Amino acid sequence: MAEKGEEMKLLATWFSPFAYRVIWVLKMKGIEYEYVEEDLGNKSPLLLQSNPVHKKVPVLIHNGKPLAESLVIVQYLDNICKSSPVLPDDPYQRAMALFWSNFVEEKFTENIKKVLVLGGEEQAAGAKGAEAALATLEAQLAKKKSKFFGGESIGLVDIALGYISVWLEEIEEVGGIKVFDSEKFPCLAKWMQDFLEIPTVKENHPNKADLIPYLRYLRQVGPAVAFQHG
Amino acid sequence: MESQEVKLLGFWVSPFVHRVEWALKLKGVPYEYIEEDIFNKSPLLLELNPVHKKVPVLVHNQKVLAESFVILEYIDENWKQCPLLPQDPYDRAKARFWAKFAEEKILSDGAWRAARAKGDNREKALGSTIEALEKIEGELKGKGKFFGGESIGYLDLALGWISYMLPVWEDVGSIKIMDPTRFPATAAWMSEFVNHPAVKDSLPPRDKMIIYFEKRLKELEI
Repeated sequence: MAEKGEEMKLLATWFSPFAYRVIWVLKMKGIEYEYVEEDLGNKSPLLLQSNPVHKKVPVLIHNGKPLAESLVIVQYLDNICKSSPVLPDDPYQRAMALFWSNFVEEKFTENIKKVLVLGGEEQAAGAKGAEAALATLEAQLAKKKSKFFGGESIGLVDIALGYISVWLEEIEEVGGIKVFDSEKFPCLAKWMQDFLEIPTVKENHPNKADLIPYLRYLRQVGPAVAFQHG
Repeated sequence: MESQEVKLLGFWVSPFVHRVEWALKLKGVPYEYIEEDIFNKSPLLLELNPVHKKVPVLVHNQKVLAESFVILEYIDENWKQCPLLPQDPYDRAKARFWAKFAEEKILSDGAWRAARAKGDNREKALGSTIEALEKIEGELKGKGKFFGGESIGYLDLALGWISYMLPVWEDVGSIKIMDPTRFPATAAWMSEFVNHPAVKDSLPPRDKMIIYFEKRLKELEI
């Protein structure tokens, strides 16, 4: 895929976990693309034109046609490029992968965002929700008895949740609340280590130390500005 | 041919359940419908969907599926007649994008919220719902009868609730959200949708919906 004449552009920011979901899949599949760093405080005309609905990153532009929403983009890439499949062939297994990646987004990601940018009761509720989601995911992973949610190699659910192996500690530090306890979630703890060991992931993620000041900035500016990613 | 046993756990007024029913009807898939009282959930429901404890739940040859959009994609992949999602990968992705958008901005946090809210909360919810409807109107312009063109598809099923449930919420909440002069393409689409053979005779009775949502409004006022 992405032979001569094919144009694949990714509008992203260096600190966005959602952008990295797409980067990991592009790299795993060997799809060449042009990376465009966006300044969310000063959005480019291309971004506003390509994602007028949400005005967020990441945005994938394939031969001039834009797509937004990281998990929609990942499914699209899987559709057009058969190497290193992210979703299984079997309809029921696909449905399970979609179900659990939706769960990650609705029950974990939405709550961890609250831990990062909110305070008081709302933040506490976010932490509680995130922890409950992790408990469910832990049980699911334990039941599967495989290395990853996708089996022996990573799948959509791993891609959806994988960002926690890089971002979660920093979010906890900046938010001032601990959500992940490796004693409560031993399967997830091992899974995070294994995820980070995957060469594509290992070689492609922001420097954890660099994330802290940026996450602090997001906490400062509050939800309206912070949630510019999707 | 392998015996196809399809069961659907639903609740009579749930738009999430209706979507799945329309999909099954469009594809001519026979199914057994099991009515659930969501205010008094059965052991069966809790066993089949322990994560969310919600309807719809589809059981196909003992495989259990939950979440209406997940179920729609499964039905589409399993029964090839009357395809719901577009064939082209980019169009498929756009359909998923818009379905998600509408679910978040017009359904969950949109119209139902606006109908229940008072004062400033109402203004805010109404404003953002209308903004979202404008985007959907834009998607419909020049498309034909339905979002997918001449035949009904995934995105029509995802938004179908607008055609029969939104007017009920407007009534019960005394709020105007879908102004046909402002959203002519959407109004035309609503009419096509409710008159589609797979939809027409399966909608819940309007008077029953009014009573139900009046009660819910009182219980869930914000």
